Amino acid sequence: MSTDSVINTQNQTAGAADPGSHGPSRGNEPLALHLENVTMQFGGVVSVNNLSLDVPQGKIIALIGPNGAGKTTAFNCITGVYQPTNGLIEFMGQPMVRTYPRGKDAKIYKGQNREKYAGQHVLTPTPDQITQLGIARTFQNIRLWKSMTVFENVLTAKHMRAKQNVFSAILRMNLAEEKRMREETMDLLREQGLETVKDELATSLPYGLQRRLEIARALATNPKLLLLDEPAAGMNPQETLELADFVQEIREKYGLTVFLIEHHMDLVMNISDYIYVIDFGSEIAQGVPETVQSDRRVIEAYLGISEDQEDKSNT
Amino acid sequence: MKQSNTTGISRKLSAMISIGVLLLLVILLENLSTFFPGVPQVLQPTSPLFTVLKKGAVYSLVAVTMNLLNGFTGLFSLGQAGFMLLGAYTYAILTVPAAMKEQVYYLFGGCAFESSLVDLFGAVFGTSGPGRAVAMILGVILALILAGCVAGFFAFLIGLPVLRLKSDYLAIATLGFAEILRAIFQWQKLGPVTNGANMIKGFPTFSSFNITDGSGRVILRLSTFIPFLVSSICILLIVLLINSSYGRAFKSIRDDEIASEAMGISLSKHKMISFVISSFFAGIGGGLFAMYVANAQAKAFTSTMTYEILLIVVVGGIGSVSGSVIATFLYVACSEWWLRFLDSEIVLKSGFKVPLLRNGFRMVVFSIVIMVIVLFFSQGIMGDREINIGALFSGGSRRKKAAAAAGSAGTVDISVSAADKTAPAKEISAGEGGSADENLKETVNDAAQDEVKK
Repeated sequence: MSTDSVINTQNQTAGAADPGSHGPSRGNEPLALHLENVTMQFGGVVSVNNLSLDVPQGKIIALIGPNGAGKTTAFNCITGVYQPTNGLIEFMGQPMVRTYPRGKDAKIYKGQNREKYAGQHVLTPTPDQITQLGIARTFQNIRLWKSMTVFENVLTAKHMRAKQNVFSAILRMNLAEEKRMREETMDLLREQGLETVKDELATSLPYGLQRRLEIARALATNPKLLLLDEPAAGMNPQETLELADFVQEIREKYGLTVFLIEHHMDLVMNISDYIYVIDFGSEIAQGVPETVQSDRRVIEAYLGISEDQEDKSNT
Repeated sequence: MKQSNTTGISRKLSAMISIGVLLLLVILLENLSTFFPGVPQVLQPTSPLFTVLKKGAVYSLVAVTMNLLNGFTGLFSLGQAGFMLLGAYTYAILTVPAAMKEQVYYLFGGCAFESSLVDLFGAVFGTSGPGRAVAMILGVILALILAGCVAGFFAFLIGLPVLRLKSDYLAIATLGFAEILRAIFQWQKLGPVTNGANMIKGFPTFSSFNITDGSGRVILRLSTFIPFLVSSICILLIVLLINSSYGRAFKSIRDDEIASEAMGISLSKHKMISFVISSFFAGIGGGLFAMYVANAQAKAFTSTMTYEILLIVVVGGIGSVSGSVIATFLYVACSEWWLRFLDSEIVLKSGFKVPLLRNGFRMVVFSIVIMVIVLFFSQGIMGDREINIGALFSGGSRRKKAAAAAGSAGTVDISVSAADKTAPAKEISAGEGGSADENLKETVNDAAQDEVKK
């Protein structure tokens, strides 16, 4: 990324941004994920407001913003946990989610571009369909399957891609498939350094390993795009450094695209190719790490001079 | 653990062997009186032992189906009695012999279905001698499978709207469904099919499978063996499901729905699969229940029956197949046999009349016993562990002792504590493939041994 990716927030908030004109993709790179005018409104509260962003294939893109800025809501819109009120999400160039305010939502809709997608075919896939397409995620508050061992957690995530139906599964007609799943799971655990703890209950692992297991489990679904929701939350600086290497490593190994939410600025600035900053649901800045770091709005809204001083006075 | 190193094949083999041994034991047990007329009262065919074994076999199947839903998929459903009712009626309607129809449906001038499966097969294999037996066996098997299919089909229909609900709401909806079914089946307008509020009878029961000689004397009793056989096969299939990739998906839904969905496991699809399969086997359980009581009557399938089964599941351990089976036999033995003496007045030789004993007191004591179990073993007898047969046969001395303790269990309380002692020695049901396959038979075996020791 060169410094010429000028931020034009004025243009962005007006929603008239042309995805090719600036942003991380340099105009011609294939996009893994493309959000266009995504608005998520809960009752009268607009959590994500007219968010447009691009995630080019093979890059590590970060989404940052202060607490309550709507980052996780944006993730939930992408992964189908929520159906956005308005907007379009494309995955690998194909429309994946497309909605416009309908029914009750139409009356109270406060966002922009109300008419842009009206009348178009509505697409609201469920989370499992989205995972099927090749998007996997981790959770801010770790959501491992509690009663299962490390091995089973990863093995179960392989279920989606297993070539069997319930009858062949009961009657054990496809043992080769089961064997393949187990071998792949073992390979994955070995790669992630979780082999030694494979028979431990997932929840008995230390925090850092639980995060790592969650990533391993997401990888087990063979994703093209990996969404990491605060992967370094609760980690110490050493673990955070390791995580940065780890994320880059898996990106290389699996040819992944990574889109992450993070609060640890070291991590974000260290590994991201491009950063989007949102506050109160709207984008306030975007650019390569150096640009974002020096952006006045970002410092005000997020890195927060006053907050910094508060921190110092606290310690 | 040691036994996790043994190969899947040898474990499956030992599972098969123990199923076979168990079934042989059952045959032997119920035929002892034929070969040795002098056996104690408890082994005579009229003994409550066999009632308990038969009912236990039927109920353990239904308890396992309920555990599949409640314990393994996390769906709190209370519709089991409804699906049993569907199964019982389907079985009964399809197997009442044509000759009996007029008599059974006399209020409605005969049944809407003129023939029966047994007669249909009879037309192929003949109506006397071995042909008749083959026709009956095939007819019963097909009727049981159809009973399951009808229950499964209704589960699919009711599941479409109902499975969107969570926890208590799902329980209320399924309970309501079961009650509605019970009312519908007693509706006079449906009389030509369901015989209205009257019972359907005259169809093949467990004792129809006893082999008799020309004069009608029983040569070989199979009336306890049959429910054990059918239940074993069905529970085995359920265990195979639980240990398959689908079973793991069910457990993941129980643990965390949101994570499952994010890992590509379709909630609606997998909940439906679990619900339909559970209901399918509950339907077969209903057919077996009809065979056990020798009639099919909507009145019998009350919500109380569902609660009984729920209680068994809770006492046995939510998420443990072997726990459900053990708990079933303990429950049935207590309610049908061991606590019966509490229902009649006892006057000691000294003229002392034991206080409180009267009709119905059994249920009071029973409730207290259950309360104690639930209070002090809140995880149930087994928690979510399974009995592992490899551990019983090849394990260290600690395991052997534990197994011995389980085998020699006598009264309710001792059994419970013994099973509890055994539990830590068992392998946590690890996903190393088919680990539980062999477990459940051993369980039945244990429970059966309990009975024998009695």
